[in-house]
Amino acid sequence: MAHTAVDATNPAAGDDPSRRDFIHIAAITAAAGGGLAAVWPFVAQMNPAADTLALASVEYDLTKIEPAQQVTINWRGKPLFIRNRTPEQIAAAVKDDGAALRDPQTDAERHKEGKAEWLVLVGSCTHLGCVPTVGGGEYGGWFCPCHGSHYDTSGRIRKGPAPTNLVVPDYAFLSDTKVKIG
Amino acid sequence: MSGQSTYQPSNGFAKWLDARLPVGRLVWDSFVDYPTPRNLNYWYTFGGILSLCLGVQIITGVVLAMHYTPSAAGAFTSVEHIMRDVNYGWLLRYMHSNGASMFFIAVYIHMLRGLYYGSYKAPREVLWLLGCVIYGLMMATAFMGYVLPWGQMSFHGAVVITNLLGAFPIVGDAITTLLWGGFAVDEPTLKRFFSLHYLLPFMIAGVVILHVWALHVVGQNNPTGVEPKSKADTLPFTPYATVKDGFAMSVFLILFAVFIFFMPNALGHPDNYIRADPLVTPAHIVPEWYFLPFYAILRAVPEKLLGVLAMFGSIAVIFALPWLDTSKVKSMRYRPQAKLYFFIFLVVCVILGFCGAKLPDDQVIPGLTTFVLIDSDLNSFVWLSRVATLYYFAYFLVVMPLLGLIEKPLPTPETISSPVLGGEHKD
Repeated sequence: MAHTAVDATNPAAGDDPSRRDFIHIAAITAAAGGGLAAVWPFVAQMNPAADTLALASVEYDLTKIEPAQQVTINWRGKPLFIRNRTPEQIAAAVKDDGAALRDPQTDAERHKEGKAEWLVLVGSCTHLGCVPTVGGGEYGGWFCPCHGSHYDTSGRIRKGPAPTNLVVPDYAFLSDTKVKIG
Repeated sequence: MSGQSTYQPSNGFAKWLDARLPVGRLVWDSFVDYPTPRNLNYWYTFGGILSLCLGVQIITGVVLAMHYTPSAAGAFTSVEHIMRDVNYGWLLRYMHSNGASMFFIAVYIHMLRGLYYGSYKAPREVLWLLGCVIYGLMMATAFMGYVLPWGQMSFHGAVVITNLLGAFPIVGDAITTLLWGGFAVDEPTLKRFFSLHYLLPFMIAGVVILHVWALHVVGQNNPTGVEPKSKADTLPFTPYATVKDGFAMSVFLILFAVFIFFMPNALGHPDNYIRADPLVTPAHIVPEWYFLPFYAILRAVPEKLLGVLAMFGSIAVIFALPWLDTSKVKSMRYRPQAKLYFFIFLVVCVILGFCGAKLPDDQVIPGLTTFVLIDSDLNSFVWLSRVATLYYFAYFLVVMPLLGLIEKPLPTPETISSPVLGGEHKD
C-alpha cells in the first residue's frame, strides 16, 4: 500500500475515478451520519421528560360526584372531565347514535360497559384546545366558547369547527367507585 | 460599498488600525460617505427606526431577564414583582411590552412602503427575502414573549397556536408533543419559550446585518423607482440621511413615550393580568393586535387544516412577491391602477384585523337576519373575513401578475434629479 498516495507529479494517478469517488462518498456519508447522530439528542430532549411521563396517570374517587354533576381535574396538564350522566342525558345520547355525525361513534363506544352514567373525557376542544363549558350548546353536552363548537351529551361533535369528538382517554375502573386514568 | 473608498484615517492610530482591521473604513463607507437617492421621503426612515426598536427590545429584555423567573409557578409572580418592587421595573416592562407593538407598527409601515414603491423588484429580491425572514423571526419572538408572563391570555394563546400545528395529518400530534415537552402547554413549554425568546432577537440582529449588506450592494430604492444614474441623483448618507432618520426617530419616540406613560395597557388584554389556569379558558381568546389579520384568515376557513394552511400561506405569499409582480415600473407613483388596488389592500388588512378581534359569529350589521351559507350566517364576521381573505390572496396572486401586463403606466422621469433640479443633467 506504500504507493497508494496521490502522486502530485503524476496527474494520472489522481484521476482514478472509482477509488477517489469512493473515498469522497464514504467521508461525506460518515460526516453526514455523524452530524445527524449529534443532532438527535438536541431534538429528542424536547419530547416529554421521564418525570413528566411518570406523572401521567391519576386516580379519582367517583363517590364525590353527584348525578348530573361534572368534575374537572388536571390530568397531564390538561383538564379532564368526569361527568355523572342522568338517565335522560344517556337516552338523548343513545337516541342520536343514528344521526348524521361528523365523527361517527355510538354512545356505547364512549363509556365502559355497564357504566353508562360515567363519561370520562379529555376536556380539550379538538379544534384548538380551549376548554368547553359543560351543559352549554344546542345539544346540552358541551360548548366551546373560543370558536363555537357544540358537543352532545356523549361528547360527540355536532356543530362548529372541531373535527372530532372529545377524546376518551385510556382509563379503567379499579373498583365500582374508583377510576384510574392514563 | 461600490466604487472607491474615500476614507482617510485621521490620526496615527486610525491608520495603524485601518491596515489591520478596517472597521473605521467600513463605517465610513456604509454610514457616512454612502450615496443615498436625494429624493428619499419620510417613509424611508423606518429602517433606522426598526434598528432602534430592536436595540430597545434587546436592552430592556436583557434587564428584565435579570428579574424574571421562567417557571410555571414563578413566572406570573415575578412579572408582578418587576411591576411593583423592582426599581423602575414598571418602566422597563412597559417599554418592552409596548416596544413590541411599536416594533410591529414600524415593520408594517416599512413593508407597505416597500410594497408601494416596488422595493422588492430586481435587483432587490434577496433584500426583500431577508426582510421577510426578519419579519418571520419577529413574529416567533413576539409570540413566545407574550407567553412568558403566564397570564390567562399567554397560556391559552399558546394552547391555541401550538394546537394549530396539530392540524397536520399523521405528524400533527408528534409535533405538538415535541413542542410542548409534555401532553399540554406546561412548565417545559414555558422554559423553552423563554430560552428561544432570548435567542431569537440576536438571530434577528444577524439577519439585519445581512439585510443592510444586501441593501448596500444594490443601493436604496426611492419614490420614483428610477435607479440613480449620476452623482446629481444622490447625496451622502451623513449628514442627509442620518439627520432625517434622527428626526424621524425622535418623533417616533414621542409616540412610544405616549404609550408607555399614558396608556401602557391600551394594546394589551386585561385577562393577561389573571394567572394562567389550564382548566378555564377565557371566554374570548384574541392574539395581540399585530396578529389579528392572520387570526381572521385562520377563522375564515371552515376546515381546520385548510385554515392553518391559509394562515401560513398568507405569510408565505409575501416571500413570493418579487416573482408575482410582472410590472416593468417599480413605483406605484406611476401606476394609477396599482395604486388603487394597493389602497384597497390596505383597507382589507385593517378589516381583517378588525374581524380578528371580533367573535366570529357576531353580526356585522346588528339586527339584520340573513341566511346561512357554508356553515356561517352571511351577516357575520366570518363572512366579512372570508371576503377580505379572498381579496388578500387575490391581490398577490391575481392582481399583481395580471396588472403588470395590462396596465399602462404613466411616464417615469429619466433620472431622479431631473424633476427636482429642473431637467438639469450633470454627469
